[in-house]
Amino acid sequence: MTILELQNLKKYYATQRAVDDISFSIQQGSIFGLLGPNGAGKTTLLRMITGIFYPDSGNILFEGKKFEPIKDIPMIGYMPEERGLYKKMKIGEQALYLAMLKGMKRHDAMQKIKEWFVKFEMQSWWNKKVDDLSKGMSQKLQFVTTVLHEPKLLILDEPFSGLDPVNSNLIKDEIFKLAQKGTTIIFSTHRMEQVEEICDEIVLINKGKKILEGSVKQIKQDCKENIFKVGFTLLPEPFENSIFDIVSTKDNYFTVKIDEGHKPAAVLQAFLDHGDSIISFNEILPSLNDIFIMKVKDTESARQFEKVLIE
Amino acid sequence: MNKIWLIIKREYLTRVRNKTFILSTILLPLFFIGFIFASAYFSIKSEDKQKIAVVDENGIFKTSFQSDKVITYEFPIDINSTNFKEKGYTAFLYIPKNYESKEDSISLVSIKQLGIDAEDKVKVQLNNAIRNKAFLQNNIDKKILDSINAIDEASLYKFSPVIKQGDKTAQSNSGLSYGIGYGSGILIYITLFIYGAAVMRGVMEEKMNRIAEVIISSVKPFQLMIGKILGIAAVGITQLLIWIVLIVGLSTLFTSFISADTIHQAQAINSSVGSAGNSSAAMGFLTAKNTLLSANWALILPCFLFYFLGGYLFYASLFAAVGSVVNEDPQEAQSLMLPITMPIILSFIILTTAVGKPDAPISVWGSIIPFSSPIVMIARIPSGSVPGWQIALSMLSLIAGFLLTAMLAAKIYRTGILLYGKKVTFREIGKWLFRKS
Repeated sequence: MTILELQNLKKYYATQRAVDDISFSIQQGSIFGLLGPNGAGKTTLLRMITGIFYPDSGNILFEGKKFEPIKDIPMIGYMPEERGLYKKMKIGEQALYLAMLKGMKRHDAMQKIKEWFVKFEMQSWWNKKVDDLSKGMSQKLQFVTTVLHEPKLLILDEPFSGLDPVNSNLIKDEIFKLAQKGTTIIFSTHRMEQVEEICDEIVLINKGKKILEGSVKQIKQDCKENIFKVGFTLLPEPFENSIFDIVSTKDNYFTVKIDEGHKPAAVLQAFLDHGDSIISFNEILPSLNDIFIMKVKDTESARQFEKVLIE
Repeated sequence: MNKIWLIIKREYLTRVRNKTFILSTILLPLFFIGFIFASAYFSIKSEDKQKIAVVDENGIFKTSFQSDKVITYEFPIDINSTNFKEKGYTAFLYIPKNYESKEDSISLVSIKQLGIDAEDKVKVQLNNAIRNKAFLQNNIDKKILDSINAIDEASLYKFSPVIKQGDKTAQSNSGLSYGIGYGSGILIYITLFIYGAAVMRGVMEEKMNRIAEVIISSVKPFQLMIGKILGIAAVGITQLLIWIVLIVGLSTLFTSFISADTIHQAQAINSSVGSAGNSSAAMGFLTAKNTLLSANWALILPCFLFYFLGGYLFYASLFAAVGSVVNEDPQEAQSLMLPITMPIILSFIILTTAVGKPDAPISVWGSIIPFSSPIVMIARIPSGSVPGWQIALSMLSLIAGFLLTAMLAAKIYRTGILLYGKKVTFREIGKWLFRKS
């Protein structure tokens, strides 16, 4: 089931096409990666999905119906990249305030806050102020306040920035648990290793346009360059052939790129015919990081300011 | 609506619980009362007594100079401008024989400045003596002259100016309405800045703490802005009420204290010098308090509350707009605030005219245009001469003005609050205002 669908979304600023005709849809319960370099338009896109900005044109469908901020906002949890808390306010009161702003009843909110505080071992924090917390601690609190009202759609913009590996894992586990329970998660970042680990589907945008879309698996397949890693008991001398090129050599391994029109089996055959003893043969898929850099390089890396004519 | 209420509640509670709030709310009236009573007290205690040695070459002044409780005149022999100090005088007055000629002048020598009051008193004595001399030269009998001089004009009649408007008449007391008008105008002027700046700082805090975007994903920017403004308004009203209660309570307490002790002292000074009838500052304070109660408080108080709130609301949203566009640099706030502070300061200048001339055209217009009406109208109202239609028009235009500023400010605020790391120019703000949403 599709929970969120964007249709030809556009948002132009005076000097930039921040979001320029972007469409995609997100399945319920999936973890969706929204990727792009700095200034690609991710934040603008997220602000439209959270009802902070209105699109200049195009539609947002939430659960199949036109997105209405006032009605749908309680079902969305948004942790923006520029985030923070009231420094002088007590932590418990702050969590309660933010939950009630999302429309929760005081009693329900208290109960949820207690559950989460126990889960994250934050019970002793209740009467402390944000000023007293370390950056990692306040990030945890920020995450809790984002998910307290059990949103159907959770939007996390760079959720791990400033977190140590232990706390990163803690939050990552919670993200997986929430997804299993049916929460849809939009995960925006430019840290590709996290995307590979967490996301099912991704969209890559640059300069306000969508340049890549699909499942992580599929995208890797689509972007693969027929590179294999072959291991030997004894590294043979390179030899002339029309099937593959040796890209690099390391220890007892060749990295080879198969020429157009040949199958991996032909490589194996060639080495066997040559009399070498092979101990391993693996396909090397490009990392998302490589794909990201490759795709973004295709377009200009830095956004240029341009004159936009708004009809 | 429910969400605005939550925001108001948070603003109010976090501010009222703050230590600075509690301190300033209690200390300010104490300071205020203390200041008034200290100055009243010192004006009684510290009037410098002068003993002036007079050399009168003509001998015509000697008879008409009269000492009072502050200045004593004596006519010793063998005195000059160099030795008066050793002989125990504080000043030396020399009246030459030809004091009327252009070449000569009456000179007053003193060790330190006598002060305007004392110099004026000396001049009055001189003028009286010259006038008396003129009367006598024109064959007016000395006895008749003395009896005329002894008349205390002010005690012979009662003066009651009355204002008549249609069939309403009211006791007029220009001094009182001047004082009340001035005081209330200044109070509104100061509170506009205090609470306006509080709104601005609050908005800046939300922007810099980066909580603005978190909240705006739950409520509309306008709700956040208006909630903050109303919350701080509630804080302002709370503070004002506490001040009023404290000031009224404390001054009653101090007055009873003063009347017992200081007034007694003041009377002692009066009788020792021998001239009665001069009321002291403390007595003056008591009569002032009684006259104060005679003002038309039933009109002034509600109007004061209205203009206090209305003026605050009118300007607070503008202060919020400024707060939303400021980045980390506080200097930026200074220059962006200028277009807001200018009309407030201008209102204050009009106020100084309006208290004296409540019906001058600039006072009338200043009290109707919402930019200056909160400060100027409250200065005019105590005079009792403001027609009802002007008050109604002024109030309506202030309400309309508030709706307008709130609408414009919301447009700036909505964009500004999410804009980081960019210095905003007035031109850009102008563009935001005229962009359709």
